[in-house]
Amino acid sequence: MTAETQVTAQSVDPERRIAGLTSGGWRCAATAIAILVAVVLPWTLGSFQTFQITLVLFYAIAILGLNILTGFNGQFSLGHSAFFAIGAYTTAILVERYGVSTYLTIPVAGGLGFAAGFLFGFPALRLSGLYLALATFALSVATPQLLKYNHFEDFTGGVQGINLLKDSAPFDLPFSVDQWWYYVTLAITLFAFWMARNLINSRTGRAIMAIRDNPIAAATMGVNTALYKTLTFGVSALLTAVAGALSAIVVEYVAPDSFTFVLSVYFLIGLVIGGVGWIPGAVIGGAFVLYVPNLAEGISTGLAGVLFGVIILLVIYLMPSGAAGLVRLGITHLRRRLDRDNNKA
Amino acid sequence: MTGAAVPLLDVEDVRVTFGGIVALDGVSFSVQRGAIAGLIGPNGAGKTTLFNCISRIYQADSGSIRVDGKPIFDSPIHGISKVGLGRTFQNLALFGKLSVLDNVLIGAHARTMGNFVSDALRLLGMRRRETALRDEAMALLEELRLDDIAGETVAALPFGTQKRVELARALSAKPTLLMLDEPAGGLNHDEVEEFKDVVRRIRDHRHISILLVEHHMNLVMSVSDQVVVLNFGRKIAEGTPTEVQSNPSVIDAYLGSGHETEAH
Repeated sequence: MTAETQVTAQSVDPERRIAGLTSGGWRCAATAIAILVAVVLPWTLGSFQTFQITLVLFYAIAILGLNILTGFNGQFSLGHSAFFAIGAYTTAILVERYGVSTYLTIPVAGGLGFAAGFLFGFPALRLSGLYLALATFALSVATPQLLKYNHFEDFTGGVQGINLLKDSAPFDLPFSVDQWWYYVTLAITLFAFWMARNLINSRTGRAIMAIRDNPIAAATMGVNTALYKTLTFGVSALLTAVAGALSAIVVEYVAPDSFTFVLSVYFLIGLVIGGVGWIPGAVIGGAFVLYVPNLAEGISTGLAGVLFGVIILLVIYLMPSGAAGLVRLGITHLRRRLDRDNNKA
Repeated sequence: MTGAAVPLLDVEDVRVTFGGIVALDGVSFSVQRGAIAGLIGPNGAGKTTLFNCISRIYQADSGSIRVDGKPIFDSPIHGISKVGLGRTFQNLALFGKLSVLDNVLIGAHARTMGNFVSDALRLLGMRRRETALRDEAMALLEELRLDDIAGETVAALPFGTQKRVELARALSAKPTLLMLDEPAGGLNHDEVEEFKDVVRRIRDHRHISILLVEHHMNLVMSVSDQVVVLNFGRKIAEGTPTEVQSNPSVIDAYLGSGHETEAH
């Protein structure tokens, strides 16, 4: 992606304290507050709103997956709806056709997603930029048709899709079904974001980003670029497939037309709105793609699409680097202001 | 294991063509361990082509290159840092969106461990290794006076500073042979003088042999133990700086074309 949409390391003295906290301390505090809010939130909301914030969370996981591939590794994908579908159908088929425990299907979906992404990573090695976008687009166009294909119908349920029923909270825990699955999704979301952050701040993550910035130089430093790119594709698809599995459980329904390329475009919108290459942005992007179309629908059913488009244009115009840029700008302003105050004092 | 007779870098009869154009035509030379070797020649002589051949970016049509006695033509690009080759690039090839520190940390990729699983889950002492690696990288940055800008995004830095970052990144790999492609390009007189010391210190303190491509005659002649001269893809002379400077074909091909020749 372009330089403007990229969030890069800031020149910050790690020892510098603002209001008694270092920048690392502030980050910890912000994370803690966000988690606290996320934990308390369902108790203040009705069951439908709880259901909706659950959707935000699994969208966030899917967008996080796309971010690792596109934002950090520089590989474009319009095919993530396919990996999302793989996860959703894995769960639906295993639960409904084979009676597998719902919880167990989530790692299986992730594993299959990884395998699919890893394999797709090989042809992707020969493609870049717009060509890769086209190839992945083909993947997302093919997926709904394959799911409808009548020879697979016994398996996939064809056009009808598959209905399933989510388990209620185990051990008589005092949660409603919606609350329970919200917390399960939240736990998986937190785990996914924790892993993504670890990965990006590690040797592996640096190699992934080095390939994005300069593949030849990365190889010269000893990075096996082909291996890292295919594995990154796999990890990205894994996360998106896990999100798909959660969607099947939470929505209690899978059908081919839920996984068209429009879903891929939604992930892309979420990625750009949240901030390309900024991990927490995925949550903001997830909230955007869930609530804003609904908001547009609420204003005018007939012009919902137009309104959604206008809102996207406005947001992109007002914050060209997504939420990431806005946050960064806010921090810079705050710091300058504090510096000024300190100088006066 | 390896006797003193085995050179660190042994280039033998290397030939590279691009379409019908012969970029390198049977070039042979070797660099001994502990040496600083200069590779000079007019523009288009094939210096950078040779560099790219040694670092496996270009495929040679024939000939062989051995590092420490081991042939490298079977190695992929990412294998060359494992055999101890490090390099900088003529037109800079940094990871522009990453910080100076991250660039230097990536330099250490080949000599460190970790994979997706261990790094994502922070397993196997990954945190401890990471801290040690960061301390090491910061020490290196301090040595090259880059520690103040360790957190700065590389793309925003001035050209000369980026060159130093490239050098730091290459050193971070702890190579046995460091290949510098026009490291003094864009440096002023004082900076070139300072750079001479940097090159010598790298060899003397870090025990890294150096192969230096440079247009700056004064720099090459004053730091090199051995100079190889290329012209139109062929080696036309090889020897000590003094020998090379008095070689008639060198004067004819290269030094006669208006470059300053004095060595200090």
